[in-house]
Amino acid sequence: MAGTGLVFAGYVLLHMYGNLKMLAGEEAFNTYAEHLRTIGEPMLPRSGLLWVIRVVLVLSLVGHAYAAFALWSRAGNARRTKYAAAKSAMRTAWMRWGGVFLLVFIAWHLLHFTFLKISPNPDKQGPNVTQNPYELVVASFQVPWMTLIYVLAMVALAFHLAHGVFSAQQTLGWTMTPHAYRRAKAVGYATAAVVVVGFLIPPLSILFGLIK
Amino acid sequence: MNLTLKIWRQAGPRHPGEMVTYKVQDISEDMSFLEMLDVLNEQLNAKGEEPIAFDSDCREGICGMCGLMISGEAHGPEKTTTCQLHMRSFSDGEVITVEPWRANAFPVIKDLVVDRGAFDRIIQAGGYISANTGSAPDAHAVPVPKPNADRAFVAAECIGCGACVAACPNASAMLFMGAKVTHLSELPQGQPERAARVVSMVDQHDHEGFGGCTNVGACSQACPKGIPQDVISTLNKDLRAALRG
Repeated sequence: MAGTGLVFAGYVLLHMYGNLKMLAGEEAFNTYAEHLRTIGEPMLPRSGLLWVIRVVLVLSLVGHAYAAFALWSRAGNARRTKYAAAKSAMRTAWMRWGGVFLLVFIAWHLLHFTFLKISPNPDKQGPNVTQNPYELVVASFQVPWMTLIYVLAMVALAFHLAHGVFSAQQTLGWTMTPHAYRRAKAVGYATAAVVVVGFLIPPLSILFGLIK
Repeated sequence: MNLTLKIWRQAGPRHPGEMVTYKVQDISEDMSFLEMLDVLNEQLNAKGEEPIAFDSDCREGICGMCGLMISGEAHGPEKTTTCQLHMRSFSDGEVITVEPWRANAFPVIKDLVVDRGAFDRIIQAGGYISANTGSAPDAHAVPVPKPNADRAFVAAECIGCGACVAACPNASAMLFMGAKVTHLSELPQGQPERAARVVSMVDQHDHEGFGGCTNVGACSQACPKGIPQDVISTLNKDLRAALRG
């Protein structure tokens, strides 16, 4: 859970950094998108590193989901008689149902930007949009309901990271003093804040017309 | 104070249980929660009904015997044991729900009494040091650095009441186990068996049917002794080191 979770935390931070290149304009963003495919050439084939990352992410996802469902089912078995008066376990619910929501969102996100099966903007269609990463992003987030889906997903991600990044450090045994414990909590909240703000700047800038 | 109590009644381990509503009158604010239940039991005795079974022993918050889920909180609204919880923490006319600890590893024996033998078996699996008996050694024969001694002492405050398991959304006993492991791992006497101890204890914990830890922290919030969540980190680190060999 901890190891695969930290792979994702590292990945979303890099992904967020790449997205912020939207602010630097069309050329910068498209150069970045192309560069992702040419990193390591000629040692690696075109998109070689991208495929390595994809394989690592898929394996991490399988491991992470497997561990999550194992913990979930153990928890169910460990308390078959529920409390009549229970304090709601909000953090657990956020991690579990939030995690399921994020899984659905990842599928949606891949269909949208990787497989190009969803093109929500009726005014911007065709290869000029789908072959141009910058245009594709702009076209997508000019649609309010699409932006809303991403905003909701980022809120879920923030909650997931706030607990998850702390929890990973705790599981790895990095929080053995009160000071280290507080630091781990702070790192969790900071990661969540940075990721949610960083990811939402480009879509909201597009929705409100700051990026066209 | 007048109170309405909804209490779990269960005649025996294999009997089905149910919540039963009772009313108590003229309860003093200075009574402990258990004394309030004593008053209720006297009323039930007078009426010829079966009194409510609950665990208690020292009634001064140091033995770990008592423990009730009170309106969804282990040991009730204060950070203390059920015996040291006073009725002034409640308001007149309040409806209070009283349940036993809920975990499959803690089966109900009767009413509010659960069998916490699983904790004993976790300790038997490794929560001890092997020492030759004989005359007591000098207190400072083995020096212990102050920070380690302090942390061992914080962990050693665990009284094994089971509130951590009761409060945990996963019904995990990791705070209990973390406290025991940290207590011994911080001290020189705990070192020879450090690796074997943590592996055996975790095996026994899982075998007893406790859930897995997801670092929620409800355990530490419920703990009457304030055992910090970082003892679980020590448990995790020791386990990882032991499995790596």
